[in-house]
Amino acid sequence: MIPHAFEYERPETVADAVGLLAGSGDGARVLAGGHSLLPMMKLRLASPGLLVDIGRIPELRGIRETADGIAIGAMTTHAEVAASEIVRRDCPLLAAAAAGIGDMQVRARGTIGGALAQADSHADLPAVLLALDGEVTAEGPSGSRTIAAGDLFVGYLTTSLAPDEILTGVRVPKTAGGAYLKFNRRAQDWAIVGVAAIVDGPGARIGITGAGPKAVRATAAEEAFASGGAEAAAAHAADGLRPVSDTAGSDEYRKHLAGVLTRRALEQAAG
Amino acid sequence: MAIATDTRNGIGESPLRKEDARLLVGRARFVDDVKLPGMLHMALVRSPYAHADIVSIDKQAALASPGVTAVFTGDDLKFAAGVPCASNPTGEMVHPARPPLARGRVRHAGEPVAVVIAADRYAARDGADQVVVEYTPRPAAIGVDAALRDDAPRIHEELDSNVALVLTHRTDGVDAAFADADVVVEHTLHNQRLIHVPIETRGVVADWNPASDDLVVYSSTQVPHFLRTFLAIVCGVSEAKVRAIAPDVGGGFGAKLNTYAEEFIAAAASRAVGAPVKWIEERSEAMLATCHGRAQDAHVQLAANRDGKVLAMRVHYVQDYGSYLQMLTPLISQLTLLMAPGPYAIPELDVKVTNVYTNTVPTDALRGAGRPEATYAIERMMDILAGELGMSRTEVRRRNFPTEFPFTTAVGLLYDSGDYHGALDRLLELSDDQETFERRREEARSRGKLLGRGLSTYVEVCGFVPSDVARTVLGLTPGGWESSTVRMHPTGTVTVITGTSPHGQGHATSWSQIIESELGVPFADVEVIHGDTAFAPYGLGTYGSRSIAVGGTAVHLAATRVREKAQQVAAQMLEAAAADIEFKDGAFSVAGSPGKQVTIQEVAFRAWQAFDMPEGVTPGLDETVFFDPPNCTFPFGAHGCEVEVDRETGKVKITGYIAVDDCGNVVNPMIVDGQVHGGIAHGIGQALYEGAVYNDDGQLLNGTLVDYLIPSAAEVPTIRTERTITPSPTNPLGVKGIGEAGTIASTPAVVSAVCNAVGAADLDMPLQPETVWRAIEERGAG
Repeated sequence: MIPHAFEYERPETVADAVGLLAGSGDGARVLAGGHSLLPMMKLRLASPGLLVDIGRIPELRGIRETADGIAIGAMTTHAEVAASEIVRRDCPLLAAAAAGIGDMQVRARGTIGGALAQADSHADLPAVLLALDGEVTAEGPSGSRTIAAGDLFVGYLTTSLAPDEILTGVRVPKTAGGAYLKFNRRAQDWAIVGVAAIVDGPGARIGITGAGPKAVRATAAEEAFASGGAEAAAAHAADGLRPVSDTAGSDEYRKHLAGVLTRRALEQAAG
Repeated sequence: MAIATDTRNGIGESPLRKEDARLLVGRARFVDDVKLPGMLHMALVRSPYAHADIVSIDKQAALASPGVTAVFTGDDLKFAAGVPCASNPTGEMVHPARPPLARGRVRHAGEPVAVVIAADRYAARDGADQVVVEYTPRPAAIGVDAALRDDAPRIHEELDSNVALVLTHRTDGVDAAFADADVVVEHTLHNQRLIHVPIETRGVVADWNPASDDLVVYSSTQVPHFLRTFLAIVCGVSEAKVRAIAPDVGGGFGAKLNTYAEEFIAAAASRAVGAPVKWIEERSEAMLATCHGRAQDAHVQLAANRDGKVLAMRVHYVQDYGSYLQMLTPLISQLTLLMAPGPYAIPELDVKVTNVYTNTVPTDALRGAGRPEATYAIERMMDILAGELGMSRTEVRRRNFPTEFPFTTAVGLLYDSGDYHGALDRLLELSDDQETFERRREEARSRGKLLGRGLSTYVEVCGFVPSDVARTVLGLTPGGWESSTVRMHPTGTVTVITGTSPHGQGHATSWSQIIESELGVPFADVEVIHGDTAFAPYGLGTYGSRSIAVGGTAVHLAATRVREKAQQVAAQMLEAAAADIEFKDGAFSVAGSPGKQVTIQEVAFRAWQAFDMPEGVTPGLDETVFFDPPNCTFPFGAHGCEVEVDRETGKVKITGYIAVDDCGNVVNPMIVDGQVHGGIAHGIGQALYEGAVYNDDGQLLNGTLVDYLIPSAAEVPTIRTERTITPSPTNPLGVKGIGEAGTIASTPAVVSAVCNAVGAADLDMPLQPETVWRAIEERGAG
């Protein structure tokens, strides 16, 4: 539980942070809330030569209403998202999901941008962002760009962000209702499987985490929902999923859970 | 026994714990708080293989690493003996060699092969990564089945096979009883491998003074005196020059009822480098290299009559020892053997224990230490028998409870006192009747939930242990007594020096209550010292729920001697005969003349002055007692659990828990309740969450707290604690012990409830959601 030696920088602007990343090659990592990266460093599973701490960059923090949605700075903590009047009113699914991440300590330090950039295969927010059809903004040496949720998650702990790009913000559309159901063994654990669902007229958008190397949209289930409702969607929830088997459960069980949680999340979202 | 009944914080009261103020405000002192001038830090190089030959160890790169002072291998640090084991049940058991640093061969992943000494722990860790060890891997035997195969890799060359020890106990009429029985039920129960997970990991600071050749060792241990003795033996130094200190210790659960390689390595390294050396175990190391517990299978047959009376029990326990013997490894399954029949009068017994070496971390005591295994096996079997007979689970138990105490079991133990029906009666009084429960069960079913209720009735053995039993029955190196000094100061306050070594149990509080009751000295005027061999008479430490029954009794007896001596001094002061002196509320008076009195504090001052002392009475009030108990104690009780199972996912939620425990007289009810709560949480952990998993290569698959799950506050239900009180005749306080009862009772109660919910005869722990879901699917329950 003792990391390798590393350098540490705490820039005060995004531009400076990007400059530090670009100047240090592959050995730099962005430090956000640190609740995934620091444990990995302590286990010596990650050994960055430089940590670029973006925790004191004012422009990365805060929640504001936009014309059609909500813009959230990357360094906004889960606790702040969960408590935000704006998020609770205009995107209750995100507020509820943020309120259930980890435990109180994790929510006090962990950030929305950090969680999405980490892209843990059992994290809650990737499934939620997919269901919300949200997007993130990123800034790199060649400027800023917008990445749709569906294009962000590439594989296990991998996003489409470049090594010298920083996830700066999250945008979600104003969305009523929705449900995120996390199945875990203990209250503070990662999701074994988690399902986020939004029912929108006859259609639905469904994001699933924990059932493969990355969170995915359950497109077959979405199509089935449009014609056959929640039960039909549940029957197709595991289509195309590639869950692993580990000490928390087998691949077969995870597929089963994807179905159960999809039905329950859709029923709750529709209710 | 003189118990002052009108004092506020004597026996039976619940004063707040004296220990808590410094713990709560961060002013406790743990090993990691010890910082000595010139102190260096050590990190271990550990084997990545479960079984391998060490070909070479190259230290050069590590020695060149910044901050590194020295690198030692097993060839560099010389020890006079190996890591000790203090248990030899047959007297003829071979103890395989176990050098503190591996020499030539490693036998489990995580075994220390080299040590790096550096200026700080970061440099030490980086240096350890630079030590290049070349191994030739050997086939590994993981799990008892693999280790018992004819072609299994041999783990210890000293032995003919991987069987470490076989123990048996057989009465004469077993076969006849089975032949006569109406029914025979048979099942195999598994107690999975568990990890202790104390909040504070292990830690050592060793300070070998090169000028005086004194060795001071701070260690997070339950047994500082054993540590002193074994440091002397293993490091080859005079025991009189060794001082072992257990400062505040943040939990142990049996893991720290051990002396470990790292303690000897730190001492030897300190001698080699001429500076204090500190080692604080990383959590990953704690999972990988501190001993584990349980890892025992039980193949059981019960023979019974239709009326539920059990006639005979055959059981074959198979214990996974892991790769080496820890301090008490052989004792654990031996305790299972001794408690095999549980709280039942089973007349005929055939018990066999096969103990097996495997290429895994050694197993040893884990909260309950052998008794949870015995209890789990017999309790699950009583449920299975009830199912076979179509009898209620409570009734089949009642048919087999002994009613006359003391009760001699078919193993030969003498259960000191008990009222097993009384505890079960109390549990049923507090529980819903069956009709009410069935109504709630139907309501829950409409919500997709399956309700279940379970119970366990248990008896355990505590108060370890009469020294003659330690020798003749258990084959232990030490006896089982405990010591205490009670010292009154001139100004009337008291210091108690106890041989017990608390690590969360609250001895400073309970021992002060015993003093207040015996001497009338206010609770607040008593200080308790423990854990430092420089101050304390030899003590055997804290484990096996022994402290109150043996150590608490030693405190009581030493206080009694102080009072008796004070009475003689008081008689002189009051100019009366000692026989005419009465003692009440901390004051001596002459019978019939209540106005004339001296307080015990005034007597203490006079005894310090030693002016005008009675003939033959020496100065001071300072008494030391070594108490050797005449028998163990046998706490018992009945626990009930209710669960709600999600029928689609198999997830279990504990919705109700009632614990009725009988630990004899109670010194501090609040502390006893706390022990019961913690014990139940621990037992819930085994039932639902915990289980160390190795792959076939001997790699621990869940070696972090992200995947080795211990229950948190959210998973532990509100617990109703109740007591019956049946004093123990074994000691003058009438106490029994309570540290492990909750763990012993709760695991089978929870499993009983889940099996009841899903309609399964039995399920293997931990009852993960997938396990329960599959059981539901198989049975079409719900």
